[in-house]
Amino acid sequence: MIEAMSPNRVALLYLAASVLFILALKGLSHPLSARRGNRFGVAGMVIAVAVTLAISRRIDIALGAIAIGGLAGWFVARRVEMTQMPELVAAMHSLVGLAAVLIAGAVVDNPPAFGLSNPIPAGNRVELFIGTFVGAMTFSGSIIAFGKLAGLGTKFRLFSSAPIVFKGQHIVNLILAVVMVGAGLMFVTAGVGAHWPPFLLMTALAFLLGILVIIPIGGADMPVVISMLNSYSGWAASGIGFSLNNPLLIVAGALVGSSGAILSYIMCKAMNRSFFSVILGGFGAAEGSGAAAEQRSVKSGSPEDVAFLLGNAESVIIVPGYGLAVARAQHAVKEMAQKLIAKGVNVRYAIHPVAGRMPGHMNVLLAEAEVPYDQVLEMEEINGDFGSTDIAFVLGANDVVNPLAEQPGSPIHGMPILEAHKARTVVVNKRSMASGYAGIDNPLFYMDKTMMVFGDAKKVVEDIVKAIE
Amino acid sequence: MHGLAVDPIVTNLTIFVLAVFVGYHVVWNVTPALHTPLMSVTNAISSVILVGAILAAGSGRLDTGALLGAAAVALAAINTFGGFLVTERMLEMFKKKEPKEKHR
Repeated sequence: MIEAMSPNRVALLYLAASVLFILALKGLSHPLSARRGNRFGVAGMVIAVAVTLAISRRIDIALGAIAIGGLAGWFVARRVEMTQMPELVAAMHSLVGLAAVLIAGAVVDNPPAFGLSNPIPAGNRVELFIGTFVGAMTFSGSIIAFGKLAGLGTKFRLFSSAPIVFKGQHIVNLILAVVMVGAGLMFVTAGVGAHWPPFLLMTALAFLLGILVIIPIGGADMPVVISMLNSYSGWAASGIGFSLNNPLLIVAGALVGSSGAILSYIMCKAMNRSFFSVILGGFGAAEGSGAAAEQRSVKSGSPEDVAFLLGNAESVIIVPGYGLAVARAQHAVKEMAQKLIAKGVNVRYAIHPVAGRMPGHMNVLLAEAEVPYDQVLEMEEINGDFGSTDIAFVLGANDVVNPLAEQPGSPIHGMPILEAHKARTVVVNKRSMASGYAGIDNPLFYMDKTMMVFGDAKKVVEDIVKAIE
Repeated sequence: MHGLAVDPIVTNLTIFVLAVFVGYHVVWNVTPALHTPLMSVTNAISSVILVGAILAAGSGRLDTGALLGAAAVALAAINTFGGFLVTERMLEMFKKKEPKEKHR
């Protein structure tokens, strides 16, 4: 079958696949073009795989493996709950990372299968080294991220959502990194037949480093971590592309890598954290001191009181937080909004960039509850409207509506917030008065115009729905 | 010097840098509401690493390299299918829905 495909034709078809991948990302600029974009992506992948099968000497093994993996992927994609998207994405990052390591191993084992000379040229070995260690770190780091997101911390301390810090952590990481690079250099300079020991040592150290780099990062920073690993998985694919001289892999990896990097940046900004402080970790450690020291009185009301307020309002902005997703209250909220809209109330949703556990998570959860996307607004779009809104209804959110962010000297000063405190009346649903991830008190709860409704979000909203007439 | 041959590393680097720029501009235009689908679709796209895995699995021999390749193919294929399908599932939800009351 090799004769059927000239190298030029292969390269041109790979180019077509690269363009289709770019179009797939471009489609996501609007919900209406997004599905077409996804189809472009599928088309690109079909071309890439078909071309590669056509130039392979035997395809039975590959087809069998695709069938097994594809079936598993199909099954998972059908079954996964939208609240579990962060876990799924973390798991998929780990697979890309491990696949990159395995491919690098295959290259070391049999370079001619990839059109490389034996021994592998030094340049390609450097690229192989980079692709392998980034892939290995992506793999083990994503496993830890997955464990933290899936709440496995109660069973294994390694997956604890609280940061795991120990003395000399950064020094240990640094030493490991230096040794790993040393092993990489040995791999690059190794003579024929001596590749394996330094390659395996380097890979093992990279696996270890991936774990050590992610364990000190706290649960609150997961949106950054998951974006960062997204980026790594792309760079790993690119690295493998370099070592195989394959432009398609380089382009696809670069697209994914830059996408993840941009998302990391957006998440850091939304949490008012510098990228380095997230990487160095330790944030979200149980400091708790100072918080809740002062007992101030809050005004609390019943779901019926809230229903009365909402029913008489002209405009309502709902501010959903992760508490809403945990309570699975999206559908009840949508029902409540529908009843209010039927009464002529202008209902909209305000989404903070870190409202879920990964970028854009809350939008997906609301879309799943069939909330029309034109009622769902981003922070910049809606912040100016709170002042002219009758009721801001905060559901399971805390830090993202904390007005302390506007006060110099407060720990969260500078963090962009949804200005719920500017609404004429504020209604807040929380389970208790516990503080948020940032561990600081929220003055919003003690304002004269604020009414607190305590209880599980789903239960409370369902009671409100019943009480609206 | 023999002719105008450019080291493949340079060619690859050119492609890489340009692709990073394209990615940068395209991704900034993605609406924040679709950041989760963006992540799942980039997961699917990075599974194009499948291409390298297929070459390894299809070298014609049945050795360590082919077995490593086969394992990599299976892992990457999970992402290919899982990534595109779950993205499709999410985007389906973002379709504009006609209010049900209208049909009555």
